[in-house]
Amino acid sequence: MFYRESGEFKTTYVDDQQIFPIRFDRYALIAVLAFAYLVVPFFINDYWEKSVLIPFLVWSMAAIGLNILVGYCGLLSLGTGGFMAVGAYACYKLMTAFPELNIFFVILLSGGVTAFVGILFGLPSLRIKGFYLAVATLAAQFFLVWLFNKVPWFYNYSASGQITAPERTVFGVAVTGPDSPSWAVYLFCLTLVVLAAFAAKNLTRGRIGRSWMAIRDMDIAAEIIGVPPLRAKLSAFAVSSFYIGMAGAMFFSVYLGAIEVTEAFNIDKSFLVLFMIIIGGLGSIVGSFIGAAFLVLLPVLLKNIMVGALGWPTDLAQHIIFIVIGGLIILFLIVEPHGLAQLWRITKEKLRLWPFPH
Amino acid sequence: MNHKRLTTAAVAAVMALGSGAASADLVFPSLSYRTGPYAPNGIPFADGYADYFTLLNERDGGIGGEPVRVIECETGYNTEKGVECYESTKGEGSLVYQPLSTGITYQLIPKATADNIPVHSMGYGRTSAANGKIFPWIFNYPGTYWDAASIIVKHILDQEGGDLNGKKLALVYHNSAYGKEPIRTLEELAKKHGYELTLLPVDHPGQEQKSQWLQIRRERPDYVLMWGWGVMNQVAIQEAANIRYPMDHFIGVWWSASENDVLPAGDGADGYKAVAFHGVGSDFPIYEDLRKHVVDTGKAAGDGSNLGTVLYNRGMYAAMLAAEAAATAQGIHGTKAITPSQMRDGMEALKITSARLEELGLAEFGPEIEVTCANHGNPGLGAIQQWDAGSKSWSLITDFVSADRDIVDPLITEDSQAYAQENAITPRDCN
Repeated sequence: MFYRESGEFKTTYVDDQQIFPIRFDRYALIAVLAFAYLVVPFFINDYWEKSVLIPFLVWSMAAIGLNILVGYCGLLSLGTGGFMAVGAYACYKLMTAFPELNIFFVILLSGGVTAFVGILFGLPSLRIKGFYLAVATLAAQFFLVWLFNKVPWFYNYSASGQITAPERTVFGVAVTGPDSPSWAVYLFCLTLVVLAAFAAKNLTRGRIGRSWMAIRDMDIAAEIIGVPPLRAKLSAFAVSSFYIGMAGAMFFSVYLGAIEVTEAFNIDKSFLVLFMIIIGGLGSIVGSFIGAAFLVLLPVLLKNIMVGALGWPTDLAQHIIFIVIGGLIILFLIVEPHGLAQLWRITKEKLRLWPFPH
Repeated sequence: MNHKRLTTAAVAAVMALGSGAASADLVFPSLSYRTGPYAPNGIPFADGYADYFTLLNERDGGIGGEPVRVIECETGYNTEKGVECYESTKGEGSLVYQPLSTGITYQLIPKATADNIPVHSMGYGRTSAANGKIFPWIFNYPGTYWDAASIIVKHILDQEGGDLNGKKLALVYHNSAYGKEPIRTLEELAKKHGYELTLLPVDHPGQEQKSQWLQIRRERPDYVLMWGWGVMNQVAIQEAANIRYPMDHFIGVWWSASENDVLPAGDGADGYKAVAFHGVGSDFPIYEDLRKHVVDTGKAAGDGSNLGTVLYNRGMYAAMLAAEAAATAQGIHGTKAITPSQMRDGMEALKITSARLEELGLAEFGPEIEVTCANHGNPGLGAIQQWDAGSKSWSLITDFVSADRDIVDPLITEDSQAYAQENAITPRDCN
């Protein structure tokens, strides 16, 4: 009834090409952003920050990055954990080498460094596809983690190999380190993720995104119609790694504050992000958010219900969480193989016709 | 999962929900891991920790008459979950954190310091946190990894008649912050004693160690040291038995020496040694109380089968030290319901004498402890324990000896000062 395009007349191309053509969608987005920016910061506490919102934002960023590569360009990658490690270590080296550099730019530069490394490891994608490429990126995962553990320069020769984020401020308010207020950390992450998500959405709607999708759908046909595979594939690797690198930098600097590469960025993380985008929806930015929420927030929610509210033993709760999450993954993949984003899309289609479906 | 445990848990939950005054209790969070590759070691420790507090509640009505509440939170030895556990429990008035994970300890050091909650990383965590001038909120008594490394080398010196020149030592270690801790100390000691050190990292979780042990077989080091945890320990001991490495020349840190680690290798593990900071077995009067008040009444955290194992003892010891510190804090501040910062004062003034240990039913269980403002790692003593596969038991084969302080202390000062510089901390005055 309210959710439809009839009655909305578009008289310019700009109007016609906007991200959300339906007015209701735009208002909903503005409402969500207003809530996130104007309401949440006043109610956030340490628990919501460190256990719920920051992990969600960081993993959303990583999922958007991987979605660009796997969902939009069709190149399977298992190197996400390794690329996040590149972002984290670049962030650490930049933070300690240039203490006066603003953390915002440090995170962007970390993304830049990761983009460069991503291009290097993306080179094999010009020759190999599918599972073979997955194996090549798997090599990146193991190599990068080994490298950061092996070469002491990366962790500034500390005795334990741990890296710790020093305190850095934005507009005079600390956003890294133990004394940073929750609202500042949250707003900092939110701003980065919102900017990144809009950039990603627009990239995928433009020429570059279309060239990625052409390569994904059929690379030979794309080449024949004039899409250069070299540039398309490597740009997908670069942009994807840029996002994943920023996610890694945020993971280290604002979320955990201290990490150890073998534990923080092992192969599990690569699979986690891959599952996020498969469940959320390949080739969908909103799907990246839904997938991240599903795999990061659901276990915390279940744990709070079972241990916090029902008082079950912690190990029993943990095992049930494994079962429930696993079961739900299978269920969603059977019910909707295109991911939760597709369910969302179908809901919107139905809403357009509601309440008169015929 | 037996019914007893479910019922206990349900009762505990109803009590937790029902009593709004629960916040007046003394809260001891237990960041445990009962799942994942490190669960075999995490379970007995968590059981011991919980059971001791249950005993205090049942027998003495808590600490100084104030009931104790243990909040358990599953970390799975995972850093992110550890942070989640910390954030979700710190608001409950948690007095002290004991995460039983070096990685999580590193996470908590800056956070807990900012939140003014003490952390007790008993024999793990960041060694240089022993410097109380720079780490006022972090404690690692009764000993550190560097003490352990030095005590092991001392034992080897004893065996070799005081001369290690030209000997070869190999360190098999968990390739993480935990496993890397002793390297610098062992290198310094190598300079002093003239032995040669080979480093053999094993990646998480440690099931695959063929190449490391092939190298040991080829190079035949005179002694093998191990810094392992979880499934890595039993694999290493099995591999050592497979290549017929002399077991009494294979010495682990205190975290690589539980029954779970040696039993799978059967007779092959006979003679395996490890350093220890407390006694072994269940031959202490406290076990009668534990059986009477906790196990037999069905209030035990586990099924009661872990009583007397190394890690159960250690969990109980950790709880005992925490309870004693809380009692000390109650004495200092003249209040029963202490706050985390009062708890810290209690930990810093903690004094465990032999007489007190005997009172607690733990006579000669561990060395005397006296924590000071400047030294949070006292006393830094350790003994060597050895496994007897025939009787399936550990026994202490040496007295508690001290580490080579000339080597360890300068290292602690150096590392803690580097931390202070990195984080702009001014060391506090301890006079």
